[in-house]
Amino acid sequence: MKITMAHGSGGKSSAQLMSDIFGRHFTNSVLDKMEDAAVLEIPAGNEGQAGRIACSTDSFVVTPLEFKGGDIGKLCVCGTVNDLLMMGAVPKYLTCGFILEEGLDTELLDRVVESMAAQAKDAGVIIVAGDTKVVEGNGGMYINTTGIGIIPEDRDVSSSNCRPGDVIICSGNLGDHHACILSHRMEIENNIKSDCAALNDIVDGLFAKAIDVRTMRDVTRGGLGTVLNEIAESSKCRIELDEDSIPVNPEVRGFADILGLDPLYMGNEGKMIAVVPEEQAEEALEAVRATVHGADAAVIGKVTEGTGTYIRTRLGATRRFDVLYGEGLPRIC
Amino acid sequence: MNISEIIEYLKNYDGRELKLMEVCGTHTAAIFKNGIRDLISPRIKLISGPGCPVCVTPTAYIDKCVEYAHKPGHELLTFGDMMKVPGTGGSLSENKAGGAAITVMYSPFEAIEKAKAEPDRIFVIAAVGFETTAPAYGLVIEEAARQGIENIRLVTALKTAIPAIKWICENQEDIDGFICPGHVSVITGSHVYDSLAAQFGKPFVVAGFEAEHILATIYRIVRQIEAGEAGTENMYRNAVKDDGNPNALAVLDKVFEAGPAMWRGLGVIENSGLYLREEYSVYDGGSRELYEDMELPKECCCGAVIVGKINPDQCPMFGEKCNPMNPFGPCMVSSEGSCGIWYRNKF
Repeated sequence: MKITMAHGSGGKSSAQLMSDIFGRHFTNSVLDKMEDAAVLEIPAGNEGQAGRIACSTDSFVVTPLEFKGGDIGKLCVCGTVNDLLMMGAVPKYLTCGFILEEGLDTELLDRVVESMAAQAKDAGVIIVAGDTKVVEGNGGMYINTTGIGIIPEDRDVSSSNCRPGDVIICSGNLGDHHACILSHRMEIENNIKSDCAALNDIVDGLFAKAIDVRTMRDVTRGGLGTVLNEIAESSKCRIELDEDSIPVNPEVRGFADILGLDPLYMGNEGKMIAVVPEEQAEEALEAVRATVHGADAAVIGKVTEGTGTYIRTRLGATRRFDVLYGEGLPRIC
Repeated sequence: MNISEIIEYLKNYDGRELKLMEVCGTHTAAIFKNGIRDLISPRIKLISGPGCPVCVTPTAYIDKCVEYAHKPGHELLTFGDMMKVPGTGGSLSENKAGGAAITVMYSPFEAIEKAKAEPDRIFVIAAVGFETTAPAYGLVIEEAARQGIENIRLVTALKTAIPAIKWICENQEDIDGFICPGHVSVITGSHVYDSLAAQFGKPFVVAGFEAEHILATIYRIVRQIEAGEAGTENMYRNAVKDDGNPNALAVLDKVFEAGPAMWRGLGVIENSGLYLREEYSVYDGGSRELYEDMELPKECCCGAVIVGKINPDQCPMFGEKCNPMNPFGPCMVSSEGSCGIWYRNKF
C-alpha cells in the first residue's frame, strides 16, 4: 500500500494508519490511550512532589501560509496548546521545528514567527527550543511544535470519562477554518475567517466555576462527527445530538452546501467540545459563553446508555452518524 | 399544506407500495442526512438512481487518465471525487502516491493559468459530470481557443442525465415516479420531463435539496399517482426555470455534441455523452469509445444498485469486503454514491 492524502484527513484512514503501523510498533500504556495529549507521571524526588504533565506534538502543513484569521505560525501554537488544554493541563512550554523550502521569502518567515511569538504570549507558553532545516522545494514551510503542560492535581479529564446523563457543549460555530482555507484555495471571495485560537479562556472558565469536566476535545481534522464517535467508543456509551442546536455560521453553511460538505465533518482550529454532568450543564454553558472564544457556545446533545452515535434531524427523524471517511473533498456536481 | 401536514400524510400513507427513484446523488445524500426514510411510510420506497457521475464512470476512463498522468510532460487535473475510483492499474490516488502527475483542482479554469505558466507541458482535464458541470468545461475550452492556448486536453466522461432517465423508464418498469435532479434541471429546465411523463405515464417532480423540498416532492408524486395523473411539476422554482439556463445550454451546444456513452452498470446509452465538436477536436484527449469496464468480482452488484434493483446492503460484498476504505465499485467511493452513503449512515 502507498500513503495517500486520505491518510492525513484525521478520519478513518488516519486512524487505521496509526493502529497498523505506529501503534503496533510503539505500543505502551501512555500512547495506547490515544488522547489529544499524553499524560505522564512525574515521580517525587529531591523534595519535589509527584505530579502529572501533559505532552503533545503536532505538525502544521497548511497552505496558504497566511489566511483570513491567522497564519501557520498562529496555528502551530494554538493547535498544540489546545491539545494540552484538552487534558486539563496548564500549557507551559513549546518547542518548534521548522522545515523551510528553498525560495521561502524571509519577510514571510518573519511575519509567521512574529505571529507565533504573539500567540505564544497570549496562550501563556514560552518557546524553549527549536530547530531549522532547509529542503528543496517551492518556497513552502512546515512547522512542528511540541508542548508541555502541567496538570493540576484535582483534574481528571479523559475521552473515556463520559457517563450516561452527561451533556455535550460545543464552544461555537463549526467549519469556519475548513471553509476559510478552501475559499483561499478556490479563490472564492467571502467573509469567512478561520477560527484559529488558543482556548485557554474556555478551559480556565470551566475550571474556575469548579465544573466537573469529564471530557474535552478540540474539534480539528475529521470534525465533530469523528471526535464524537471516538468519545462514544472510548467511554462505551451512546451519544445523541440535536441537529438544530449545532452552531454553524450561515455563510459557512451556504458555502458547505454548495460544495457538498457537511459541517459535522469540517475541520476547525479554535473549537472544542466539553462533556459535563447534567446538573452543571447550565452553569458550564454560561461559563463558556462568557469567554471570547466561546460566545456562540451551545448544548448540542447528550450522553446516554448504549453504544453508537445518533443525530436527531431538524424534522424529527433519527439517523446514525459515523467518522469521516476519505478526505472530505468538495464534490464535482 | 405545511410541512408537518405533509409529513403526517406521508407517514400514514397506506396505499399500494410505491417505488420512487431519486435520480441525483445529491438527493440521495440529502435523504439520508435528513433521515427522510424515517419520516415516511415504509410503503413508499426510495430508490437511488444512477445520478452520481463518478459512480457511472467506466474503468477505461480511469485507465486513460492514469495513462496521461504517467506520460512525461503531462499533468492530469481532476476534481477530488475521482481520486479513489478503482482503475485496472489502481486509482488516481494510488497512482499519485506512486509519482504520477495528478493535481486535485477546484475549478477547471485552473488549467488555463497552468497552461499559460508552463507552455511546454500538457494539462489534461478529467472532465466528469452531468449537465451541471459540463458548461464550465465548455467555457474553459472556449477560453483556451480564444487565447490560442494549445497545451490543454479534455478527457470527457461528461454525460446527460435525461437519456439515462429515459433508459431507466424503458428498462425498469416498476419505478412509479421520479424525483428529478435539482442541479441538472437548473440547466435543462423542467420542460425536458414533459415528454417522458407523457410517454411513460409517470410523474416527474423536480426537487430542491432541503428536507422540505424533498418531502414536498415525494408528496406531490404520491398525490399524482393517487389521482391517476402523470405530469411534470417543479418544486424547486427559485432555481429551476421551465426552459433552464439558456446561456449554459448555448455553451453546451456550441462546444459539445452528443454521442454514445458508457454508463457503468447500465451499458452504452445513445446520445448520453458529450464530446468536443470537430472545431475543438484539437483539445480532445481521446474521449470517445472509452467503453471497457473492469471485470468486477462476481458478487459485486454495482449494476443492480445503480438502477435501483437492489439496495446497497443487499449486495453480498457490502460492508466486509467493499467499504469506503477499500471500495470495489465506484458507488462505494463517491460521497454521492449510494453504497457509500448507505455505509456511512450504517443502514
